[in-house]
Amino acid sequence: MSDPDKRHTIPLGERSYWLDRPSNVNKLVYAFYALCGLILAVDIFVPKHGPFAIEHAFGFYGLFGFFACVVLVLIAKQLRRVLMRPEDYYDR
Amino acid sequence: MIAELRTVVDLGPFANISPGLTLIVGALLVPFLSGWVRSAWTLVLPVIAFAHLMLLPEGYGGHLYVLGLDLVTLRVDDLSWMFGVIFLIATLLGMIYALHESHWLQPTVGLIYAGSAVAAVFAGDLMTLFVFWEGIALSSVFLIWARGTNAAYHAGIRYLVIQVGSGVLLLVGLLIHHNATGSLAFNALGLDSPGGLLMFVAFGIKCAFPLLHNWLEDAYPEATVVGTVLLSSFTTKVAVYALARGFAGTDILVPIGAMMAAFPIFYAVIENDLRRVLAYSLNNQLGFMVVGIGIGTELALNGAVAHAFADILFKGLLFMSMGAVLFRVGTVKGSELGGLYKSMPWTTAFCLVGAASISAFPLFSGFVTKAMIMSAAMKEGYFWTWMILLFASAGVFHHAGIKIPYFAFFAHDSRTRCKEAPWNMLIAMALAAVGCIAIGSLPIYFYQLLPYASSYEPYTTEHVITQLQLLMFSALAFALLMRTGIYPPELKSINLDSDWFYRRLGMNLVEGVAGLAAAVGASFGSIVNGFTTTLGGVLHRHIGPDGVLGRTWPTGTMAFWTTLMLGAYLLFVYLS
Repeated sequence: MSDPDKRHTIPLGERSYWLDRPSNVNKLVYAFYALCGLILAVDIFVPKHGPFAIEHAFGFYGLFGFFACVVLVLIAKQLRRVLMRPEDYYDR
Repeated sequence: MIAELRTVVDLGPFANISPGLTLIVGALLVPFLSGWVRSAWTLVLPVIAFAHLMLLPEGYGGHLYVLGLDLVTLRVDDLSWMFGVIFLIATLLGMIYALHESHWLQPTVGLIYAGSAVAAVFAGDLMTLFVFWEGIALSSVFLIWARGTNAAYHAGIRYLVIQVGSGVLLLVGLLIHHNATGSLAFNALGLDSPGGLLMFVAFGIKCAFPLLHNWLEDAYPEATVVGTVLLSSFTTKVAVYALARGFAGTDILVPIGAMMAAFPIFYAVIENDLRRVLAYSLNNQLGFMVVGIGIGTELALNGAVAHAFADILFKGLLFMSMGAVLFRVGTVKGSELGGLYKSMPWTTAFCLVGAASISAFPLFSGFVTKAMIMSAAMKEGYFWTWMILLFASAGVFHHAGIKIPYFAFFAHDSRTRCKEAPWNMLIAMALAAVGCIAIGSLPIYFYQLLPYASSYEPYTTEHVITQLQLLMFSALAFALLMRTGIYPPELKSINLDSDWFYRRLGMNLVEGVAGLAAAVGASFGSIVNGFTTTLGGVLHRHIGPDGVLGRTWPTGTMAFWTTLMLGAYLLFVYLS
């Protein structure tokens, strides 16, 4: 079914990729931060029509998305203490 | 709506035959063909079935009278038509994706499975629905067993027991319903009768309701490369269809769906097997559809159907990309992958399209389908449901949109180099990707296919900006947590889920009873002692950890006998 034989390790003299340089990754990340700032700023100019008041607060969707994910990850990380088992748990 | 699309040609006797049966009968030929003829047949067959569907007149057909029951084996209306269309598209994509398979088994059972799913959504009565409901279970399990591993064998048996169990509940429910009402028609059922309640649970199992869900996350990642792609398209979507048909507007579905949308994402964050991460996100997306069905307005039902349609394409695409990784690298564990964009650039690109679609980025399919459900929740004043769905939307982007492509194709370079996916997989992924973008970019045409007339407008400035904010700030959270090292690393591990109750607690109880028998035996006098320890020993020998009835055998034998009984029953129904 799968063919792990065709799996190779890194060939000698492989060309280096643009993303291999940490400084380039940083460039991308900073550009992304700037974009986040921009999308938050334009929120002032967008009239909201939804029925829920909270939605009309400035930057609600951005802040909600950010904190939702932080809370999600922090809770999930704690869940590991309770739920995580070795891979062969059910085979023992 | 359909009438405009359909040129009604006289199909003769075929006007009374379900396109699902076309697939099933055609599939029986596959083992007798070989080489390119077989490959060609597996591709032509879904196209024939599709043409068959396009030519079918709207309305009821395929009337049968057996055992005093009036069966309507074919009902073509706006709702069933939509599911039939996407099922046949998914069948064709799955068969293209399977072209590299040299063995006949997977294309054959894949086509029977797809045919059963198509026949189930075109079932006009509950008995026909039940027959193909079981057909789905019995055919699809071979896609898990075909993996050939010990884990797949056991997961397949657990899957079969639960799926067949759902069918048995459906059967009992429909018989009670028939006794009470004298009708087998599959229309709105309602929860106010015991029959309706049993069928609700049967649908709920197949739709992976909370606590009834774990068969999905347990079995799908154990299936073959091709199998998981096919599995993700049909079983749960038939359940979504059945709920939309039988329980639209049932209030309890709203909180059930909200729970389904929220809970799996916590697991998805810490799961290491990337196909299992996708199984959790499949469960999460089903939650959105279930909420839509529960709200039950035209907008909400349109949203549920549209999202099911879109989900089959983008979830199929994501499973295809992870399947390609499994095929080439031999694993989809996040802890062992990374940097694969260098070896598999096309697969990476297609995976990103799937990721953008499930995350509901503007111009991709999820944006125009999920928004209908969100909008309906807002309109009907479901504040907390809306908040939970918003949380789930951020979460699904976090784990399916970012985590999947990031850990597989980027992250730290695992120094693994492999070939790009086979050409047939690339074609299937490309077609699915085109579908995702077409739905997302040209929703006007897509909306015309929906069951109810729609005036919904997804591309407003407000919607685009707020959705981009939600997604970009979710990504911002990921970036910050990653760069500060707070994000939990991918670890070689599994996580306990509700399957623990039957895989571990149940086993411990059985072993405990055997142990107790032995202990009680030891405390009695010598004569009794001799007898009871023998009993304890016998119990332990048969039910203990190494016993014949221990471990996997109870489920194995149960599956065997259930299957046998059901097979006999079906035979009885059809022959008499």
